[in-house]
Amino acid sequence: MWKWLHPYANPEKTFHLTEKLTPWFGYLAMILLAVGMTWALLFVPPDYQQGNSFRIFYIHVPSAILSLSVYVAMAIIAFSALVWQLKLADASVAAIAPVGAALTAVALFTGAAWGKPTWGTWWVWDARLTSQLIQLFLYLGVIALHNAFEDKAQGSKAAGILAIVGVVNVPIIKYSVEWWNTLHQGQTVTQIGKPAMTMDMYLPFVVCLFGFVFLISWLICLRFKTELLERNATRPWVKDLVNQTEK
Amino acid sequence: MQFSNFAEFIAMDGHGFYVWLSYGFTFAIFVILALFSNARHHATLAHIKRRYNREKKLKQAALEQNQGKR
Repeated sequence: MWKWLHPYANPEKTFHLTEKLTPWFGYLAMILLAVGMTWALLFVPPDYQQGNSFRIFYIHVPSAILSLSVYVAMAIIAFSALVWQLKLADASVAAIAPVGAALTAVALFTGAAWGKPTWGTWWVWDARLTSQLIQLFLYLGVIALHNAFEDKAQGSKAAGILAIVGVVNVPIIKYSVEWWNTLHQGQTVTQIGKPAMTMDMYLPFVVCLFGFVFLISWLICLRFKTELLERNATRPWVKDLVNQTEK
Repeated sequence: MQFSNFAEFIAMDGHGFYVWLSYGFTFAIFVILALFSNARHHATLAHIKRRYNREKKLKQAALEQNQGKR
């Protein structure tokens, strides 16, 4: 049933598939984000309590949701890299970590900028904010460990272990607003299709969310290709590929 | 359309600073990441290519030296 996956254990096959997919992710991201952001900034009605600061929702929530799901994905890939010694998995963990860190930084920063007009403060050490900050450090730790070793395989192993251990932080972030009394508001979008908001506010959110999904897919694919080239630099297929490029 | 003119759109009832700060930061972060990732990809390609050319030259030189000896 899963046999069609087997050829993609070959770095060359995977590289060419990624090369084909990457531009499409880029186009989709551009279209969806242009539509979503215009919708969010110009046409969504202001929130009855939070006014226009509510427009930050459309970048804060997608980036925060994705910072968690990207972390889980990265940890699963790191686990399979350690258990089955998949070199491609190591490369994708290295490609994902910086993108996840960017998402987390955006979630934290936009959260602070939304907190100032809403709560009257940029930052409080409450459960949600603190656990999200820890996640940023976990991402940065994974990036640092990848670069801390002369040998790529060793760096990947150390970074993979940190990524797996750090996954305990994900449920803490997700449920922090329920487990503890936080200043952060509860979840608005608990289930896909069952939001605690009206459709004219929810639909642009869905567009923005998918825009972010394709944006990070594009970035991850681009970085993944670079990692594959670096890790397979001595292979004949890379030689052929490099000879085709100009300069 | 929620705003009647451009100035109102920028001001956002006093929340403009926070909204534009958030959108600006997000835009900047992803543009920087995209530019760096793209630059690194091309640098990697160029680096590998340089290494191949060097190896090719070394091989060629070794070959010529061997022929010279004979």
